[in-house]
Amino acid sequence: MSRAGSAIDTSDLTKVYGKHLTAVDRLNLSVRRGEVYGFLGPNGAGKTTTLRMLLGLVRATSGTARVLGEAPGYSENLARVGAMVEEPALYPYLSGRDNLRVIARYVGRPDDGIDAALDAVGLLQRGGDRFNAYSQGMRQRLGVAAALLKDPELLILDEPTNGLDPAGMADMRTLIRTLGSGDRTVLLSSHLLGEVQQVCDRVGVISHGALIAEGRVDELRGRGSILVRAEPLAAARERVERLLGAGHVEVLDGTLRLDSDPADSSRINRELVLAGIAVSEVRRVERTLEDVFLELTGEDPGDHAR
Amino acid sequence: MRGSYRAEMLKLVRWPAMWVLSALLLVLSQVFGYLIPYVGYRAGGGSGFAAGETPAQLLADILPGRLVPNTLGGFPMFAGAIALIIGALVTASEYGWGTLKTILTQRPRRLVVMVDKLLAIATMVLVLVLAVFALDAVWSWAIAMTEGRAADWPSVFELGRGIGAGWLILGMWSLLGALLGVLFRSTSLAVGLGLVWALAIESLVRGFAGLLGFLDAFQQGLPGTNAGSLVASLGAPTLDQRGGTPGVTDAVSGPQALFVLIGYVMALALIAGLTIQRQDVT
Repeated sequence: MSRAGSAIDTSDLTKVYGKHLTAVDRLNLSVRRGEVYGFLGPNGAGKTTTLRMLLGLVRATSGTARVLGEAPGYSENLARVGAMVEEPALYPYLSGRDNLRVIARYVGRPDDGIDAALDAVGLLQRGGDRFNAYSQGMRQRLGVAAALLKDPELLILDEPTNGLDPAGMADMRTLIRTLGSGDRTVLLSSHLLGEVQQVCDRVGVISHGALIAEGRVDELRGRGSILVRAEPLAAARERVERLLGAGHVEVLDGTLRLDSDPADSSRINRELVLAGIAVSEVRRVERTLEDVFLELTGEDPGDHAR
Repeated sequence: MRGSYRAEMLKLVRWPAMWVLSALLLVLSQVFGYLIPYVGYRAGGGSGFAAGETPAQLLADILPGRLVPNTLGGFPMFAGAIALIIGALVTASEYGWGTLKTILTQRPRRLVVMVDKLLAIATMVLVLVLAVFALDAVWSWAIAMTEGRAADWPSVFELGRGIGAGWLILGMWSLLGALLGVLFRSTSLAVGLGLVWALAIESLVRGFAGLLGFLDAFQQGLPGTNAGSLVASLGAPTLDQRGGTPGVTDAVSGPQALFVLIGYVMALALIAGLTIQRQDVT
């Protein structure tokens, strides 16, 4: 059963290809209605397979999933879900506008929303050009426009900023924030952790097919730490350990890393100076989502995508 | 009319490959059905497939009275091969471009998508058959006028029966192509295997059918054999008759060929529907 307030709910969702390749392993995921949820994971973690199962493209081996309260792929529900999985897949010989016209006919919508969708992604002037003449970034934007045609309650986007230049990425982030600002739920799979950090309310991290962490971005990042550069380092370390306890201090690259509330920075600085230690730097170090991701998955952030 | 059928038609109408294949079918049917026989007639006799035909026989075959058998003569094999390519392109390209997953994440159920896709193919094939008949009619009329012969047209019943048979034959081949596209998810494999089957394997089986009894029984169930037999039952000469074309055969009776072809159409559509219903689309 779907938990109240969930747009997506999976219970022990599993997909095994062949006899041995477990792509998704007893995944329990809950995306609340109205939130922008970031779905992170390294290459081959099972993100795209999960999205495919949620859209009814791939059948689960075991477990269940509910999307907007129904089984994945349920016809009436699909009309309420906009999706772009992997590359935007549209007809190369059709213009952008005709591609949207085709989609509108499948959805059962009139053509009069097409120009608005093209405008929303900045392609109104290029709507008459063939899809195969579009740059990768334009294709991404047209894929999003196709997903928006239904004015969906739930938007599932897989790497929507792939191929976009920095300005395009910024535009796309703004668009995603706008799309997720009302009642609409957005499930965003992305390998750009900075993007997820900026856009998403909550994040789920998947590794080897299983969800290994889930929570608000600030929860996952934790409270951060304090970096201290001081001379002599040994004396500084001894002094700080007396203040915080030995387990809270670590030496890293000639600096001290203190597992302490960043708000304690000024107090620690004062103590060290009073003890005659030369302090050249004290600053807060806030963990990024990328740091969290690396700790959780042990993966190089440059490699993780799907 | 369902939205997904309209979407399929829009894709077909705007697809350059479909126009190229349609033009190819129309041009080939005119060239081999009328232009070459007429030039042969003017040159004074037949050679090749038309070897032994007198100029009078060559001319008789391309006058309006022989419109139906002359038009249908190329359907079992050559036009059938083009129809098979059309069917394979329509389904297999969706896998190649990844657009099937785009379609299946819209609204219609998988079965509806496949049914409307097959209906769109059938519509296109019908338009093609009508266009071939119309062009052939123009040619035969023009030749009759040029040669000062009477334009004795076939009856409406004969014409309707010929168009229906042509639609059934090309429809069957296009459905076979569509099924191969769904099964192999690859345009090149579907087209390649389909053409090898339609143009080579069936001909080989028919060629060896006289040697082995079980091959003779086997060939009587083949789609090409039944397509050729249906055409023969409507007056097209078989390959071993005067003016016959490859693929036209009298291996089975007309009614049997009709029922077998209808069976093929239903079975191919059913298998395509069931397959897409169960497939993981990645």
